[in-house]
Amino acid sequence: MTDEEINRAVLEALAKAVPGEELGNLDPQQSFRDQLDIDSIDFLNFITALHGRLGVDIPDVDATRLSSLQGCLDYLRERAPRLTG
Amino acid sequence: MADYRMPSLGADMDDGTLLRWLVNPGDAVRRGDVVAVVETTKGAIDVEIFQDGVIDTLVVEPGSKVPVGAVLATLEPSGEEEAPTASVGSGPEPALHQPDSGPAIDSSVQNLEHRGARRRKVSPAARKRALELGVPLDELPGTGPDGAVTLADVESAVTVSSPGSGDAMRQTIASAMTRSKREIPHYYLDTEMHFEPAMEWLASQNAERSVTERLLYVVLLVKGIATALRDYPELNGHRRQGRFVAAERIHVGVAIALRGGGLVAPAIRNADRMDLDSLMQALRDLVQRARSGGLRGSEVADPTITLTSLGDLSVDRVYPVIYPPQVAIVGFGTPVLRPWVLGERVVPRRVIHGSLAADHRVSDGHRGGLFLRQVDRLLQEPENL
Repeated sequence: MTDEEINRAVLEALAKAVPGEELGNLDPQQSFRDQLDIDSIDFLNFITALHGRLGVDIPDVDATRLSSLQGCLDYLRERAPRLTG
Repeated sequence: MADYRMPSLGADMDDGTLLRWLVNPGDAVRRGDVVAVVETTKGAIDVEIFQDGVIDTLVVEPGSKVPVGAVLATLEPSGEEEAPTASVGSGPEPALHQPDSGPAIDSSVQNLEHRGARRRKVSPAARKRALELGVPLDELPGTGPDGAVTLADVESAVTVSSPGSGDAMRQTIASAMTRSKREIPHYYLDTEMHFEPAMEWLASQNAERSVTERLLYVVLLVKGIATALRDYPELNGHRRQGRFVAAERIHVGVAIALRGGGLVAPAIRNADRMDLDSLMQALRDLVQRARSGGLRGSEVADPTITLTSLGDLSVDRVYPVIYPPQVAIVGFGTPVLRPWVLGERVVPRRVIHGSLAADHRVSDGHRGGLFLRQVDRLLQEPENL
């Protein structure tokens, strides 16, 4: 998977979890929670959407690594070989 | 022949706009079936019927705004009758404060058009779409000629106005909270609870679960409150016509913040009888429907107590305001790491502040304190919840 594909998957999952939030200007380094109105159920829905979209298993202990765009990119890159399998 | 009336979906509701019928004359209905969608200040709500029978006549046209208690439809009852109140429509919450509700409804009121539709210039397509979507036209800025509301205006308003248009919802909250602070002598209790056992247990549970089955700590709070309430009936129920009526069931209202402001607090019904997985499912479902529409009348109307949980990114404590005619509300702040005395040592531990605001006409601080301590005790053994 390319970075661009990962990025697009993450933004799609976010759009599903927090409909109506502006996602165009997200700072990749900053956490979603500092930039979006996103609560713990939204975040769970985000992870669920990502899981559904990419078919990647995301253990609960890893969930905190997905708290920013950059975090998502780093984490999903690690798993990308398996994703593209 | 029995009447099906506009239900009251809470003490703060005076009227509602019938958006859609989901049944036709001749359809057989069963108690609990969703028969119509009604626009209220809490958003578009699916309303149920509380009697078995066959729909005879649909009295009210979609788009009509009618007061609580107005006859919406008539039906031929079947089987044995429910309690006599069943024919008065759905909703366990009679509109007691509402002097003009009841069977004698002026027919001119029934035929009232969707409010604002008469005064504003609205294109026919926009009007049709607004009714379909439940968008109140009188709050919509128009961008057409002479400020006319166009189809595009309606479409663009949907994300804001469904569920619950901002202004109308703000007014509803204002009137309920004003009534609460004016009428209810609140007392407040607040206690710090050791939350490490709950969070550790949750993490160990979630480690074994797939993404779709994970639990959030708020379901432990719901279950703890619901279980403890069994022993404290004076906190679970409603105050109506000057006296307290304890509820037979435990329906925990959960305050859900909506995007763009406002909140609703629909009920997780019979929460004390549900296991944590069912509670989590119910909560996810409720949050989703609260934010996108599709709450049921019974969920909105009948919480017997409310929980407001600030979530994990807010502040330590909350002193919530009771939703009338309920008599208590439980609040939880954000779990935080704090020094905690364990035996002879001070150790870093996650703690959470639980608070109770209750109606002093119905209960006293002593019992309220015992209740909060009971919730605390239950949270120390999450595996038993």
